[in-house]
Amino acid sequence: MASHAARLKQQQRQDWLFRGATRFFAFLVLAILVGIIISLIIGAWPSIKQFGFGFVLGDQWNPVTHVFGGRNSIIGTLLSSFIALLIAVPVSFGIAIFLTELAPVWLRRPFGIAIELLAGVPSIIYGMWGLFVFAPWFADNVQPWLQNHTQGIPLLGPMFDGPPMGIGMLTSGLILSIMIIPYISSVMRDVFEVVPAMLKESAYGLGCTTWEVVWNVVLPFTKNGVVGGVMLGLGRALGETMAITFVIGNSHSTIHSLFDPGTSIAATLANEFTEASDDLHVASLIYLGLLLFVITFIVLVLSKILLLRLQKGEGANS
Amino acid sequence: MNRYARRRFINVLSIGLSIAAMLFGLVWLMWILFTLFKNGFGGLTLSLFTETTPAPGSKGGLSNAIIGSIQMAAVGTAIGTPIGILAGTYLAEFGQRGWLAPATRFINDIQLAAPSIVIGLFIYELYVTRTNHFSGIAGSLALALLVIPVVVRTTENMLKLVPNSMREAAYALGAPQWKMTLFITLRSAQAGVLTGILLAVARIAGETAPLLFTALNNQFYSNMNQPMANLPVVIFQFAMAPYEDWHTLAWAGSLLIGLFVLGLNVVARILVRPSSQH
Repeated sequence: MASHAARLKQQQRQDWLFRGATRFFAFLVLAILVGIIISLIIGAWPSIKQFGFGFVLGDQWNPVTHVFGGRNSIIGTLLSSFIALLIAVPVSFGIAIFLTELAPVWLRRPFGIAIELLAGVPSIIYGMWGLFVFAPWFADNVQPWLQNHTQGIPLLGPMFDGPPMGIGMLTSGLILSIMIIPYISSVMRDVFEVVPAMLKESAYGLGCTTWEVVWNVVLPFTKNGVVGGVMLGLGRALGETMAITFVIGNSHSTIHSLFDPGTSIAATLANEFTEASDDLHVASLIYLGLLLFVITFIVLVLSKILLLRLQKGEGANS
Repeated sequence: MNRYARRRFINVLSIGLSIAAMLFGLVWLMWILFTLFKNGFGGLTLSLFTETTPAPGSKGGLSNAIIGSIQMAAVGTAIGTPIGILAGTYLAEFGQRGWLAPATRFINDIQLAAPSIVIGLFIYELYVTRTNHFSGIAGSLALALLVIPVVVRTTENMLKLVPNSMREAAYALGAPQWKMTLFITLRSAQAGVLTGILLAVARIAGETAPLLFTALNNQFYSNMNQPMANLPVVIFQFAMAPYEDWHTLAWAGSLLIGLFVLGLNVVARILVRPSSQH
């Protein structure tokens, strides 16, 4: 009997240890995030002290005179991601409709996997393809056409001004859009699938067309999830590094048209970090990294909150 | 009737656009894969695997980069996987009460999509500035940080699929909690957890950004405590350089990584299929 009690005691000790270990590692995952923010602030401190929040607005980036401002990099990141969303959102919506409402069941899986494979292609391959294949094709075929058809039109004309080099802000946005389409469309597909069949069938029964069912039943039911998916894609686009570094042109000058070469936060980091010689340059680069992390963090938190809200609403409705 | 015709027209138009969107997605995939094979296939020779990265103009292969990539991916996975599995186990098995589990789940989902270049900066600050040199270890640590969120996510999801009656049966037989978790629930979620690890490996195999400031690059074979050659960074360097023979090597390297990563993705999907049909 005594040995039995001892064994029970031992087991309880082991359980306590095991639970403690799993809890420790769960805590570690949290701690890593806090660690990232703290270490970036420490690393960026010389630059924060020197430039303060004016760093965000400064358009100079000059290692020789030790003046650093992140405006052009930040604009590059935001602008390329915005172009990417402009293309990726409608396309992903179409793909999600196709995969949930239109395609015959036996086609859904292979087509779904094909789109997901787009997310699996490493970003460096997008970069090489973009630089050596897509950019020359784009410069020869699409950019002259765009210029010819927008010349003289106010607003649109200046957007497509400048020499058609293939690389630049518009190309980066396009390639980014291809990279985020799989993320947005797979979230949209997943949330479309949670719409109760009964709701859709009722609408069909009333004589709605497929489009009317999607627009008036599926979309209102899932709008939080759809926006969450879009934000997830935005988060991905903001932080994408390698593909952009290849095709954005890496120029710190202010851009005037979408054909101009520019730079983004991630591309600046990738190009300059290992070559930065003085401490202020390194600190300014880390400052940029910190800003990038904060921006993506906010976008991803919003995305997550919207997706969670959909899950809760789904529970309440059923 | 007019109204009916308009509704039909809008419907046909939207269906057409939706099919066009699908084709739009597929065209890029085909185009990228086609380019990859066309430019990379010629470079797949034996010397690619036996010779080290060359100086411009001389002959060579990618052997040091391939070995470096394998070493760092292996160490990164070895560090990240146990942490990820244990944290995922906490979320699924013990995290019903308290603030820790919801907070971790939330943050983990965000880290899953956080920019990988920032992870590189973090390890640079944490490790490279302390040791004063770039190293394979730093690269592995950065990759481990990318492995963790993927493994946590899949482990938790797969453990939640295990029916509670299995847990109750184990308790009824007097099994302690750790035995129940390790030998009953984790075991029956094996295929799913393995899928998570494969997806994590697929993710880090192609990652370039976090290695730029941690492992850097090396023209020769090296140990883990030195700057270490790896495929993605070599491809980046060679593709950006103006030498034709370097481009050939970069395409061959891209094809290797591409085949490996896409292959892992397909295998992972085949693995997860039976468990989702439970």
